[in-house]
Amino acid sequence: MQQAATEKENYFSAYKLFVRTREGKDPAWLNELRSRAGSRFEALDFPTTRNEEWKYTNVAPILKVPFRQVFDLEPGAVKMAAIEPYTYAESRTSRMVFINGLYAPELSDLSGLPKEIVVTSLAEIPQESNDVARRHLGAYASYEEETFTALNTAVIGDGAFVHIPDGSMVEQSIHLLFVSTAKEPIASHPRVLIVAGKGSIASVIESYVSPGEDIYFNNAVTEVFADENAVLNHYRLQEESERAFHVATTRIHQKRDSNYTSYSISLGGEIVRHNLNAVLDDEHVETTIDGLYVVTGKQHVDNHTTIDHREPFCNSHQVYKGILDGRSRAIFNGKIFVREGAVKTDAHQLNKNLLLSGGATANTKPQLEIFADDVKCSHGATIGQLEDDELFYLASRGINPEMARALLTFGFAEDVISKIKLKSVRERLDRAVLDKLHQSLEIE
Amino acid sequence: MLEIRNLHAVIDGSEILKGLNLTVNAGEIHAIMGPNGSGKSTLAKVLAGHPTYKVTEGEVIYEGRNLLELAPDERAREGVFLAFQYPIEIPGVSNANFLRMAYNEKAKHDGREELDPLEFDDLLKEKMKIVEMDSSFINRSVNEGFSGGEKKRNEILQMAVLEPKLAVLDETDSGLDIDALRVVANGVSTLANKDNAVILVTHYQRLLNYIEPNFVHVLYKGQIVKSGGKELAMELESKGYDWIKPAGAKA
Repeated sequence: MQQAATEKENYFSAYKLFVRTREGKDPAWLNELRSRAGSRFEALDFPTTRNEEWKYTNVAPILKVPFRQVFDLEPGAVKMAAIEPYTYAESRTSRMVFINGLYAPELSDLSGLPKEIVVTSLAEIPQESNDVARRHLGAYASYEEETFTALNTAVIGDGAFVHIPDGSMVEQSIHLLFVSTAKEPIASHPRVLIVAGKGSIASVIESYVSPGEDIYFNNAVTEVFADENAVLNHYRLQEESERAFHVATTRIHQKRDSNYTSYSISLGGEIVRHNLNAVLDDEHVETTIDGLYVVTGKQHVDNHTTIDHREPFCNSHQVYKGILDGRSRAIFNGKIFVREGAVKTDAHQLNKNLLLSGGATANTKPQLEIFADDVKCSHGATIGQLEDDELFYLASRGINPEMARALLTFGFAEDVISKIKLKSVRERLDRAVLDKLHQSLEIE
Repeated sequence: MLEIRNLHAVIDGSEILKGLNLTVNAGEIHAIMGPNGSGKSTLAKVLAGHPTYKVTEGEVIYEGRNLLELAPDERAREGVFLAFQYPIEIPGVSNANFLRMAYNEKAKHDGREELDPLEFDDLLKEKMKIVEMDSSFINRSVNEGFSGGEKKRNEILQMAVLEPKLAVLDETDSGLDIDALRVVANGVSTLANKDNAVILVTHYQRLLNYIEPNFVHVLYKGQIVKSGGKELAMELESKGYDWIKPAGAKA
């Protein structure tokens, strides 16, 4: 398409420029990966609403903005004080900070991590981790047909590489903090690779924040590999500026007996699209994919998830809840595949939407595709308002209508938040959800 | 304390209460009995101000004020309490938070001091003894995953915390096993005193073995057709409701 081609030109020339800046700095396999992804990007068009998977999310407003892409960080541009509010007590000394997608070592602190744990920039992969990175980077987030993923992969530079070696346990949570701040509209392509070795235990917070209300575009891709018997908790917190654009793909690949839990929280952004795709590639895998989105004003958030049961005896649980106010819109599209032979699959999916205003719209489409016998699967979706009976119950205890609505709305979100194991993440989300809904509840 | 005169109420266009009269004074316990569909629960909900019930005629004077003019939450802060027949579950909101919020709203209204979480915790522990509740209930979401008996006990706990002037218990005894019934009844007896009043709406006489009412009223087709003492409840238990149909009423 002609139109898409001109819009792509901006990104394609940035890619070409980027490749030149990286000449001679990276291992050959990384150059090849970028080059393959670059070719795919050149061949593909950006999706339009004619594409079924993008039916409700029009990316044209994102592509219209002439975003600048930067591959060098201006040192000292962001002060520690500015990012302090976005840090977590559980990861004081296990934190990597990125400014507009670029690694900022002076704001990062990795001193608390055991030596064997690798947490580094993808642009500086240590020699001993080279094989692991090569094996997994780009192996799960397919760029063959996904334009945004192809673009991200073509410009992999400063991303986060987390490798928990076999049998290692990390007490602290590893925090990957992506801060966007710019005087002019900037497009960044954050990239994360998490490799959890056999029997390892770790938790990773991946957060996207913005101290200002800037217009910018984050095109993020995260790949997660959980090897045999690994336990990984993954918190993805999107708190972008409400004028920001956020398109992201999270791909999870799990091996035998691994246990992966993800909380995907979406609060900010003007247009947000998150594709989350988990492949349960071996027996006895445990997967929990929970999510919460809170949108107000004219925000638009689109969650597309796929849980792919490929082997027998795996369990997956998914609860996504959304609160919509103003003229916002939320889309949930959740697929569960149970492949042939994946017997004794136990898969449950639920999407619940709470509409606080008549102008808000929710579209929900849970889908189950089962090709195996002897499985236990359920899915459901609701779109509703606060119930009169609930409001009356609170009123009958002397709680005024405004507080009653606030309390019920908060409770709706809390149902997801309360399951989060990290105290400071929970507290931050409680506060953020209340602030977002302009509700002043005094909650312990 | 409460004066109900010629009360008519409708839901979805059909009239349920058809000229009900009732006077309740401080220090009294009234039992309102009647067959299914007689309007017992409607009376309870109208007193609490449920929005789906419309009062078409009559008046309700509570402590010298027109109760019907007050919003449900105002009524609660003025001391009216309804124990629900089917208590609502509130996922994500802990019992402790919910109760403290309700307590503080009323305290603010009464000009008393609000309690912080620690102070409230002490008060709550005392009140929980009345309903023999385990402390784990404090941090669980309101009524979520509670058994029928636990929900009813939780209603009585709320009553104990809020100390209402007028408590209306809507079939709180229905579906309870003997232990839960005893706990609920003890709770109500403990909380009843000379300054407050209790209206027990019930289908069965059984609850009255544990709580002795001053008055028993029979509600039939939206009106109180017979009033008496405790012996009336016994009579209803042995004879059923058929004999009570008033001579003048159309069957």
